[in-house]
Amino acid sequence: MFAAAAASSGVFVLALLGAIIIVLFIGSLPAFRAFGAAFLVSPTWNPVKQVFGGAVPIYGTVVSSVLALILAVPLSFGIAFYLTELAPVWIRYPIGTAIELLAAIPSIIYGMWGFFVIVPIMAQYVQPAIIGTVGDVPVLGDLFQGPPFGTGLATAAFILAVMIIPFIAATMRDVFLSVPVVYKESAYGVGCTTWEVMRSIVLPYTRVSVTGGIMLGLGRALGETMAVTFVIGNTNRISPNLFANGNTIASLVALEFPESQAGSLKLSALLALGFLLFVISFAVLAISRLLLRPQRDVK
Amino acid sequence: MSTTISVPVKDLRVAAGLSRRRKRVNRAIQALCTIATIAGLLFLASILSTLLWRGLGGLSLTVFTETTKPPGSGGGLLNPIIGSLIQTALGTAIGTPLGLLAGTYLAEYGKGSALSNAVRFISDVLLAAPSILIGLFVYEIAVDPFGGFSGLAGSIALAVIVIPIVVRTTEDMLRLVPGSMREAAAALGAPQWKVIVLICYRAARGGILTGILLAIARVAGETAPLLFTSLGNLNWSLRLDQPMASLPITIYQYAGSAYEDWVQLAWVGSLLITVGVLAINLLARTVVQGRR
Repeated sequence: MFAAAAASSGVFVLALLGAIIIVLFIGSLPAFRAFGAAFLVSPTWNPVKQVFGGAVPIYGTVVSSVLALILAVPLSFGIAFYLTELAPVWIRYPIGTAIELLAAIPSIIYGMWGFFVIVPIMAQYVQPAIIGTVGDVPVLGDLFQGPPFGTGLATAAFILAVMIIPFIAATMRDVFLSVPVVYKESAYGVGCTTWEVMRSIVLPYTRVSVTGGIMLGLGRALGETMAVTFVIGNTNRISPNLFANGNTIASLVALEFPESQAGSLKLSALLALGFLLFVISFAVLAISRLLLRPQRDVK
Repeated sequence: MSTTISVPVKDLRVAAGLSRRRKRVNRAIQALCTIATIAGLLFLASILSTLLWRGLGGLSLTVFTETTKPPGSGGGLLNPIIGSLIQTALGTAIGTPLGLLAGTYLAEYGKGSALSNAVRFISDVLLAAPSILIGLFVYEIAVDPFGGFSGLAGSIALAVIVIPIVVRTTEDMLRLVPGSMREAAAALGAPQWKVIVLICYRAARGGILTGILLAIARVAGETAPLLFTSLGNLNWSLRLDQPMASLPITIYQYAGSAYEDWVQLAWVGSLLITVGVLAINLLARTVVQGRR
């Protein structure tokens, strides 16, 4: 009895994932039927004419998440390096806990913080300064143009970066600690500096798991909703300008879904975007799990 | 003779330069890493101080005693607070037994089988799945077919988030229980379910409790899955078949409004929820520490 209940709960978890995929897919069928593959590349989102395409939110989702990784990975690495090799031992636990608490703060709080604290800072100081300095440089300048709204893809990416730092940093710290001490001491023994031990011993030894941790951060960033909705500006337009307002799949769904009629084509288009987001983040998170798995078996 | 001496001197100079350069690089990177850590701590400090600064000012007894009111007429957060408590409790109550049993299956029954590997993998993926999609999913199965948003649908959405968290911690904690304890109980003739319930659960109690606490802390602050399920409700309602208020949704609605008193209440709500969530998190950590 008990064994059967336990096993069926396990099967229930599998069924849950299957049900999510199937339900989202069935819901998105009308949109896929109406627009076909063009749904993926069309930037039009026009509820009046009943024409829907997902290119803008897909672009916004990918760009904001990748940009968030570019910001978060070096910072997370620095934190993990500091916590495993540099910090005095007594300070490691409290600082590690503080960084982990960043992961516990709800998404909506990041939205409030982003909207009321970071957006004004971006609008008054960061964006005018960057536009003023590199805005005139050819090619690179195209990334930083226009009026400094404070909101936009870059701001969303910054908030996302703060949100995923604890996940990446915690994974990196844990795998750095899993490196056998003998390897590190041998390297110190031949005169390596702390950084050289990290670069030549620890990082090569842990690179698979470190990649897994980064993918975990990416998976989190892709589906983040509330914080992004507050700061991304919610405009359905693709622009190379990182300071321009945009949207992501999650923010578009959060804003438009409540205004959609049950059974409407718009609702189906939103479910189709949800389905795509699920497939993308499932793939990223699955890769992350596969990369992190061997490390766990070794422990 | 002079040439044989001059070569090592030159080499020594090169070596000294190299050594200096390596030490400089090392120091520079150490400094950058320390700065990165300080930056991480500053983010946390900035969030917490903003919440205290903006939230404490609006904190008063009426926040807990009055329901949400139209802008300009005061009001409190009583119905969102109660709604959040109900949905979090119900979601945890639905999700915990399922997660506990599935975690037990992974640790005790399905060792190494293909099914258990699949369950573990999928559960870990669900752990980080976008919560807004869980909202969409529950909308399709529990809101659309039954003709309306409801507190029950919100609780179901939260339960879906609770399950993988409890699965992960339950499995991890049961694996820490020494095999000799199981064998001792089995040698006395206890059937496997008795061994698990009376011995393993008891030994892993602290860790399993931590998992449940972490799950509560996670879902208490979730907004996205409630947007399309319990919707939010500005009126007093405890009915599970009706739209139900919750703190995160109210914060979302109020923060985006143009009314100063609503924005103020949004900050108060943010402060309450963050303090609650962080307190549960820290409590969960001390439970684990006390056990280890």
